[in-house]
Amino acid sequence: MSLRDLSAVEQIAALEAGETTSLELVDAHLAAVEADDVEAFLAIDAEGARARAREIDAMPSRPALGGVPIGIKDALSTRDVVTTSGSRMLEGFRPVYTATCVQRLQDAGAIVVGKTNMDEFAMGSSTENSAYKNTLNPWDHGRVPGGSSGGSAASVAQRQVPWSLGSDTGGSIRQPAALCGIVGMKPTYGAVSRYGLIAFASSLDQVGPFSRTVADSALLLKHMVGRDPMDSTSLDWPGEIALPTATDMSGLRVGVVEELMGEGIEPGVKAAIEASLRTMEDLGATVVPISLPTSLSGLATYYVLAPAECSSNLARFDGIRYGPSVDADNLLDQYEITRGDLFGPEVKRRIMLGTFALASGYYDQYYGRAQKVRTLMVQEFAQAFEQVDLLASPTSPSVAFPLGDRTADPYAMYLADVCTIPVSLAGVPAISIPCGLSDGLPVGLQLAGPAFSENRLFDAAHAIEQAIAFDTRPPGLAT
Amino acid sequence: MIDESTVNHVARLARLRLTPDEQQVMREELSGILEHIDAIRAMDLDGVEPTTHVIAVENVLRPDVPRPGLSRDDALREAADVVDGSFGVPRMD
Amino acid sequence: MSAYEPVIGVEIHVQLSTRTKMFCGCELSFGDPPNTHTCPVCLAHPGVLPVVNEEAIRRALVIGLALGCEIAPRSIFHRKNYFYPDLPKAYQVSQFDIPICGRGEFTAIREDGSELTVGITRAHLEEDAAKLTHEGGRRAGAEGSVVDFNRGGTPLVEIVTEPDLRSGSDVATFLRQLRQTLLFLGVSDCSMEEGSMRADANVSIRPVGSHELGTKTELKNMNSFRFLERGIEAEIARQERILSEGGRISQETVHYEPETGHITSLRSKEESHDYRYFPEPDLVPVVPDPAWVESLRAEQPELPVPLRRRMVAEMGLSAEDAEVLTESPELVEYFMQAAALADPKACANWIRGELRAQLRETGEEPWQSKVTPAHVAALVDLLAAGTVSVPAAKEVLAGMIQTGDQPAAVVESKGLAAMDDGDLAAIIAELVAANPDQAQQLRDGKDKVLGFFVGQAMKQTGGRANPQSVQKLVREAVLGE
Ligand SMILES: [Mg+2]
Ligand SMILES: [Zn+2]
Repeated sequence: MSLRDLSAVEQIAALEAGETTSLELVDAHLAAVEADDVEAFLAIDAEGARARAREIDAMPSRPALGGVPIGIKDALSTRDVVTTSGSRMLEGFRPVYTATCVQRLQDAGAIVVGKTNMDEFAMGSSTENSAYKNTLNPWDHGRVPGGSSGGSAASVAQRQVPWSLGSDTGGSIRQPAALCGIVGMKPTYGAVSRYGLIAFASSLDQVGPFSRTVADSALLLKHMVGRDPMDSTSLDWPGEIALPTATDMSGLRVGVVEELMGEGIEPGVKAAIEASLRTMEDLGATVVPISLPTSLSGLATYYVLAPAECSSNLARFDGIRYGPSVDADNLLDQYEITRGDLFGPEVKRRIMLGTFALASGYYDQYYGRAQKVRTLMVQEFAQAFEQVDLLASPTSPSVAFPLGDRTADPYAMYLADVCTIPVSLAGVPAISIPCGLSDGLPVGLQLAGPAFSENRLFDAAHAIEQAIAFDTRPPGLAT
Repeated sequence: MIDESTVNHVARLARLRLTPDEQQVMREELSGILEHIDAIRAMDLDGVEPTTHVIAVENVLRPDVPRPGLSRDDALREAADVVDGSFGVPRMD
Repeated sequence: MSAYEPVIGVEIHVQLSTRTKMFCGCELSFGDPPNTHTCPVCLAHPGVLPVVNEEAIRRALVIGLALGCEIAPRSIFHRKNYFYPDLPKAYQVSQFDIPICGRGEFTAIREDGSELTVGITRAHLEEDAAKLTHEGGRRAGAEGSVVDFNRGGTPLVEIVTEPDLRSGSDVATFLRQLRQTLLFLGVSDCSMEEGSMRADANVSIRPVGSHELGTKTELKNMNSFRFLERGIEAEIARQERILSEGGRISQETVHYEPETGHITSLRSKEESHDYRYFPEPDLVPVVPDPAWVESLRAEQPELPVPLRRRMVAEMGLSAEDAEVLTESPELVEYFMQAAALADPKACANWIRGELRAQLRETGEEPWQSKVTPAHVAALVDLLAAGTVSVPAAKEVLAGMIQTGDQPAAVVESKGLAAMDDGDLAAIIAELVAANPDQAQQLRDGKDKVLGFFVGQAMKQTGGRANPQSVQKLVREAVLGE
């Protein structure tokens, strides 16, 4: 067994016990990061990571996260370390500041080894919209890792890092976690500061963890949550995130979202979810069907709100203050050519869609209406949580699909997020855990709870994890 | 179906220069996506309030106390064009 | 009499003189080297977020209360999207349909004493753009512009009026007194030259008697009230000329050139503005605590316009005195302190007259000088008691400006006390004897000649003679009264 097979919690324990050093851990992981068989990384900070490891190893007492390596989605700003958000628009860009959540983890002893690949500006569900490269699914190199945080998910599944950070706007943590057979969690909107997260859709974006165990995700989140004076929408965390210990689900009522178990869900995915529902019952949970009719409008609502916000958030990329720019001799050309040349097709599509949805004459029909549907969604979730403690559904309607399979049809790609989007619109937390295989590929189970129910989610997910004992090691990965 | 002049107008608003091919593809793709989105235009939303913030928080304010900012070198270090300590931009016409 | 009636509304941008910017902790500055007051937030680096400056909210409320605005129980920010190099996010965080201050009104006093009431549509908070200078270059040889982000993100309150104004001079009156009011509130420097107060006017005309609004033009960004007034008059004249020749006004932005008096049209943009406003998801609503609003209301200073009314009605000042003395809050404070100790009318005369005239040499304002309000009051009292003559009092003032001594001490040290009547009587007797012709004129009932004796007496006594006493003694000596 190699150091890379240890979970983060186990690595910290080994450090505490003096069985290894941070430098040894960093070196072991860096070797895999540098080999990068699944093309998960865009930038590697080997020198910075080793230097920090030596620093931590020299400390009289280890910080909470011990000196364990971590991968960071390239959507998060890291001072002096190139941050591109997967776009040519930020090629070579070295930020002048570090995102709050990354800083908090670094202060707690996490060591950033590199920046992970992603769909350009987090727009996509396969990481194929990266301007730089395709990341491969560790379970089948001919398939996508999901997206947009595909690099973060693949790097954890590939054991290049024990854990990583992603961002989730409509499913960008949960869906790749499902497709890569690992744990991914989207916290309550506002739980983690967005300061330093390169914005896609501000009212939906959240940073969250990837890991191979539920406990690791809980530990990472524990060190990120809480109000940040730099983010007006960040929240005081009530109490503390606890490491999950639950081994049963007695007393919990689980609602199975009927609308997300019907048409459009692959049979193999459905079967794996149904099996995990039986596991939940075995663990003492009461499983009941529940209807969230508005969730059927989730995709349409999301594809108005998110593009609208992105059209505004991405307007700052003009090649003047940072980023490459195309030389032009007048301002209009500078704007139009820089943006026309350096944004990829999906980003341009969404900017167009969002600009249209906000344009005068269309706002009321599109943006205004979508915000109202969102209200119905929020209300529907609130009512559901009066009846049940948790909602269960597949995370993704399908397992990992082949590279190139959906790139020609934007809407087919959008359907990958049909199960995760309603949760995002409602702003509540959700976790995806691997719950079985379909044709040899991982299936993700999504559990959602009311705002601030992260501890409940981690406990339930932990109990299921122990019961299912899913093997997160991709078959092709050398031991 | 979204028409060509709408595509061009929106592209100008968004400051995106599209090639003629891109314009054509964009027109088709946007039209296709809008067909799906049109589902929400049929919903009865009378009397429903819009949601801007999904978690209700108010009055998040900052005391009027200066914080250290960037050195001028840091402010300008990623700029495409620096002219005497300022950001250079092409002429406007 | 013109066949047209002008209809004018104004939009005023007021930079708040907070310590930091609207949405980040960068210090506000004026005149510092470019780009030395920036941070990732005000440079709109990827991933940054705004956080509202509490003091900007407080000042917006203070302004709203002074303008009698309805304070919104809950207001939100919107994004106003457009591309321009001085707007780094390519959207301005502003307020749209729920501004922090809603409807109000403001009354100004015209020069003839009549009142001018202007409806306030709204007063909202937003952030200022950076400074764009059309010089410097991109690549050698090519023209270009440069951007300095020091000013970018300065808190602004935008005050929008109803189209209630009817002339350029009314606009100037309104703006001057609005500016004075803002200065009294201590919310802004309101410097037109430095751009901390900027006004645009929307001008249209319509046939007299009509209630419809004509097509309006926007007169941009004049850096003085005088030019704005002249610009509005020129624009009204231009519109009248066009309409009377059967032409049509086109909606555009126009510019007034003070040097030539000409109105020029800024080329109207081929692309109509579509700001795609939507609620700013990065900021949460502002819900001012009603108790806070009430305490701000209670703390409002007495504002210049009501103060001017009170000065005239209760303190016996002329309308002009009141106008001059309410020029600045410091001057009001200075005057009020003096007026509490001595006759207000006399204090007003001395402060706005002789004191300011003498201080012109040093460039000081009264409150910056060594002469305290108590000094002024004491001087007024000395005069009233006849202890000094008016000419002597002016010298006393000059002495106080130099030394800061009490007026009595200056009188003493310079020997400026009015002569007692005994000493003066001897001098008068000599004067009457030496000027028989003038004495005869007085006997003939020509009282005007008294002025001659006063002048002579002043000359003889070095100004220490009390003019009233001189007149009285001359009458006694010549007429035996
Ligand atoms: Mg404005
Ligand atoms: Zn700043």
